[in-house]
Amino acid sequence: MNRPNRMTALVALGMILSSVSPIVAQAAANDAPMDMRWANRLTWGATAPASSGGSVDRWLAGQLGPPSRAMPPAAAAQIAAMQIEKTPMPQLAQDMLAQYHAFTAMKDIKQREAARIAYEKTMNGLADEARRRFVLRALYAPDQLREQMTWFWFNHFNVFATKRDIRAMVGDYEDTLRTRALGRFRDLLEATLRHPAMLRYLDNDLNAVGHINENYAREIMELHSMGVGTGYTQKDVQELARILTGVGVRIGPEKPTIKPQWQPLYIRSGLFEFNPAKHDFGDKMFLGHVIKGSGMGEVEQALDLIAGSPATARHISTQLAIFFMGDHPPAATIQAMAQTFQQSKGDIAQVIRTMVDDPAFAASLGKSFKNPVQYAISALRLSYGDRVIVNAQPVVGWIAHMGGTLYGWQTPDGYGMTSATWSSPGQMSSRFDIARQIGVGAGGIFRPVDGAAAASPVFPDIRNRFYHDGLGNGFSAQTQATLAKAVNDREWNIFFLSSPEFMYR
Amino acid sequence: MSRAFLSRRDMIAGTMAMAPMISFGRAFAAPNASGRLLVVFLRGAYDALNVVIPTGTDFYYEARPTIGLGKPDPHDAKTPIPLDSEWSLHPALRQSILPLWQKKQIAFIPFAGTNDVSRSHFETQDTIEMGQPVGQRRDYTSGFMARLAGVTGRQGTSIAFTDQLPLCFRGSGSPIPNLALANVGKPVNPRQAQLIESMYQSHAGLAQSVKEGFQVRDMAFQTLDEEMKASGRGAVTSKGFQLAAQRIGTLMQSHYNLAFVDVGGWDTHVNQGGLTGALASRIGDLGQGLVAFADAIGPEAWRTTTVVVVSEFGRTFRENGAKGTDHGHGSIYWVLGGGVAGGRMAGEQVALSPQTLNDGRDLPVLTDYRGLIGGLAMQQFGLNAGQVGKVFPGAAPVNLRLL
Repeated sequence: MNRPNRMTALVALGMILSSVSPIVAQAAANDAPMDMRWANRLTWGATAPASSGGSVDRWLAGQLGPPSRAMPPAAAAQIAAMQIEKTPMPQLAQDMLAQYHAFTAMKDIKQREAARIAYEKTMNGLADEARRRFVLRALYAPDQLREQMTWFWFNHFNVFATKRDIRAMVGDYEDTLRTRALGRFRDLLEATLRHPAMLRYLDNDLNAVGHINENYAREIMELHSMGVGTGYTQKDVQELARILTGVGVRIGPEKPTIKPQWQPLYIRSGLFEFNPAKHDFGDKMFLGHVIKGSGMGEVEQALDLIAGSPATARHISTQLAIFFMGDHPPAATIQAMAQTFQQSKGDIAQVIRTMVDDPAFAASLGKSFKNPVQYAISALRLSYGDRVIVNAQPVVGWIAHMGGTLYGWQTPDGYGMTSATWSSPGQMSSRFDIARQIGVGAGGIFRPVDGAAAASPVFPDIRNRFYHDGLGNGFSAQTQATLAKAVNDREWNIFFLSSPEFMYR
Repeated sequence: MSRAFLSRRDMIAGTMAMAPMISFGRAFAAPNASGRLLVVFLRGAYDALNVVIPTGTDFYYEARPTIGLGKPDPHDAKTPIPLDSEWSLHPALRQSILPLWQKKQIAFIPFAGTNDVSRSHFETQDTIEMGQPVGQRRDYTSGFMARLAGVTGRQGTSIAFTDQLPLCFRGSGSPIPNLALANVGKPVNPRQAQLIESMYQSHAGLAQSVKEGFQVRDMAFQTLDEEMKASGRGAVTSKGFQLAAQRIGTLMQSHYNLAFVDVGGWDTHVNQGGLTGALASRIGDLGQGLVAFADAIGPEAWRTTTVVVVSEFGRTFRENGAKGTDHGHGSIYWVLGGGVAGGRMAGEQVALSPQTLNDGRDLPVLTDYRGLIGGLAMQQFGLNAGQVGKVFPGAAPVNLRLL
């Protein structure tokens, strides 16, 4: 089908979509078997070489549904033992704030320094728990598409854990995104706006009438929704900042003392607070619409306008297409996705379906350069399948070593998604280090955290599967030649995991 | 700094693994003799006023009753060392920076910083690293060191001694390597390295990167070989920033023109100490590190090397209730090198008083870092105004006659 025809077809399809179930409408597109190539793209990495019998379409239908919490018991137990699972985030944040106040008030310098170090250690521990939980979910959760989308949305709505007290909030922030990862964009946008991690990170908790801080307002427009240069103006950013005055964070049970007339407008939910005393109640002109001063309702109106903008549909579709398809997704695919985005009112599951069903998607399989998380997780999934690791911390370290530290990107733009971000000389060398660690069974992922000895030396056996299951189909002559020179299975693993073929999905 | 140095064990393990593979054939661009620039970023906003101290004004003593250092006294080694009639140096720098000052190889630039007034560490660090005009759309994909590497043609001899490529080196036409000095342990062995490299030999996108990655690592091991052997024999070795700085000196001597390193731990809100304490020990390490760097790079290269020490902003002029200082504005930057016309406080100054403080609380910025570094780069690399304008758009280079 040539391009114009396909576009016409998609427009027609879009019209049908609004009235007919999208799954029915697009079913024909993806009866391809859910084999290794597809699994490498749609999951964090294939664990089994062959399709379990279903089609891509069927698999996708299962993935695009509501979240499942099923996990292998050994992984679930590691997660259940975490502080971030046992204590609700608002309580964690409050406890940490109390700990902070306690040490800053100490008179004795040595005591205070010791208490400060303990505080930092606890804080770092909370962020590391979230990182390990992320790794375990990526490795073993059956909701593989959702887990990938969780990383995508975190990066899209990036926060940097090390800022202020975000380390205590970052696990909950990720969970917030995970729950909504395949839902409506408008919900994602609002969920991030109501999350203290975001409000802290982009300083909106400091944004008040008379003390305007435009930081968050700007990034909503520039990075989170419409994208740079899509027609909004500096004035729109300023007006959005005014709309966002009073949207902030409050830790602990106390309420602020505010005048009686403000009381009905005061909102508190978890750590989120809308404080009318800090809000600019003047009317605003935002994206060509007058928004009457009314309090939190203004924010809802503004988010409706932003989420409904064609620029947002286009920007989000572009980001998604690059994330899945690699550096240069075809414009027509993005166009089709953006159309679905608009017609479905930002239904991410439908946008993904449009992308996956586009013939360009199948054609792009194996051509997208893995980011550090995809590299590490796919290597482990291929190497060990559902044999659950007992310590995820080394994996957290590997990801950092390749330059992709979880929750570690300092600026609001998130990690770059094209291959150039991940393939610098130092990063490639790091990949080979990790290939070696995984290949020879080093790195301590099967060594219990309590220091007990590992059950037995475990190194993966990829080689047999390579020959029996056709893992190496299409490998280049150079790669084959290197593999042939491996002196043992462990070295064979190193070469396989270091091969150019394994760098792509 | 905590992570940016090699553990001795890692280095030894690494050296032994690499030892048989002295691959002489690997072409490595030699640094251009015309000069080297190292930018040292003190992340967390160091309290400049307790390091280069305005001892000439009573206002300082009024504002810092408990953390302030005493009056200079030539008979008391525990007092600040006068630099001129207004300023003195923290005695923790007596053995390291003072000799450089006496040799006129270091200048301090008080009232230096940015016009970013957010007082946010993150925002202002980003501002500095991007080097773009404040108040306009920020392009997170373009850092000033990358642009400097571009206009000077030094992309091949640039490096960041950090775990990840820092913002200041983002956006270079050809990728700038970063060497996480802490992470070089246990490399792939040489035979394996060659076999891995061969898989990429005809890969259009990755061949160069893979090759360069192995090269940088080989080079680091080979260059640092001697020092590591010495430490393996039980020689007294340095640690912390001093060790890292020494290694940076060794690597820059033979391989790099442009480099960046960051040192953390300067956010002293609480109990920062005075003569001794947290800040004094940190600044002592920094001073010793810079001297170790100068020694390692050697007298010849040092003559054409410039080191610039910056921090995102200064701290409050007055101490706070917790014997610390809070986020301020203007800082004091350092420029040092064998060819620096130092031994002086450079740049515009004002007499310090409650009236001259910025917002009544901190130092005003009279020398913008963009103009300062732009001016230095212009002299050092012989750039024209148009080239400097590409590095720091919209900032006129400031010539403080430092080079």
